[in-house]
Amino acid sequence: MFVNLSNFEDGLFDEFRRMQDEMGGLFGRGSWPAGIRAVSRGTYPPINIGSTPEQVHVYLFAAGLDPKSLDISIQQNLLTVAGERKAPVSEGADYYRKERYDGDFRRLITLPEDVDPDQVEAQYRDGVLQIHIRRQEASRPRQIEVR
Amino acid sequence: MAASKDVKTTESTGVQQPETDMALRPRVDIFEDAEGITLVADMPGVSREGLDLQVDKDSLTIEGEARIEMPEGMEALYADVRSTRYRRSFALSGELAVDQIDASLKDGVLSVHIPKRAEVKPRRVEVRVA
Repeated sequence: MFVNLSNFEDGLFDEFRRMQDEMGGLFGRGSWPAGIRAVSRGTYPPINIGSTPEQVHVYLFAAGLDPKSLDISIQQNLLTVAGERKAPVSEGADYYRKERYDGDFRRLITLPEDVDPDQVEAQYRDGVLQIHIRRQEASRPRQIEVR
Repeated sequence: MAASKDVKTTESTGVQQPETDMALRPRVDIFEDAEGITLVADMPGVSREGLDLQVDKDSLTIEGEARIEMPEGMEALYADVRSTRYRRSFALSGELAVDQIDASLKDGVLSVHIPKRAEVKPRRVEVRVA
């Protein structure tokens, strides 16, 4: 049931790190413009975005969500995920640490332009909200045979 | 963030490549009342199978391995989260009854409660007037 994540750790992020190093070399440190809707790191919840030729996958790392409070909508290639993550305070207790996010959140995610907004699926499991969006048929890579 | 680096030698080229094996430090809320101490940690992606708790009278260590199904050959476009392991340790004090530790996990939220030993719970002192 659970896929071993060695692929996830070795291949996926190594490539991303290599991309970052290359970008850093080309554009210098922090000087290239971020997407206009990009938020600073540390915005809740953290997200990862991956793609295959058929789909784009978005993962939001938000433990303890009430899935009913989620409001997920998509307009063309702009995905909006809003919701509330409550971390209730225990009355009369002394708090030594209060690091967990408590409150409303909203993330706007710009997806690749060839996503099909009519084919979106979402599931919430073990604290990770997964959103899968299929890409449009016409833009998928096609093999060309040489006769 | 806790990090340990393993150095791996790849066989084909004989070149040593540092393989970062960084664990994420899960965010926690910790509070205490007259009964004991409660710790609540965010470990999204971790289910019971991936969770490991170690406790002795001096320390509590919470570790979790996040398992998220992902398609083969998926290409990363953006990543806030770059590890699937969570790890964090806490030093405990002597008045906690670690043998009565209680833990539960739901939707990636780990709750750990350790009561105080009975003899150390705060007691009201009656003052008798002579």
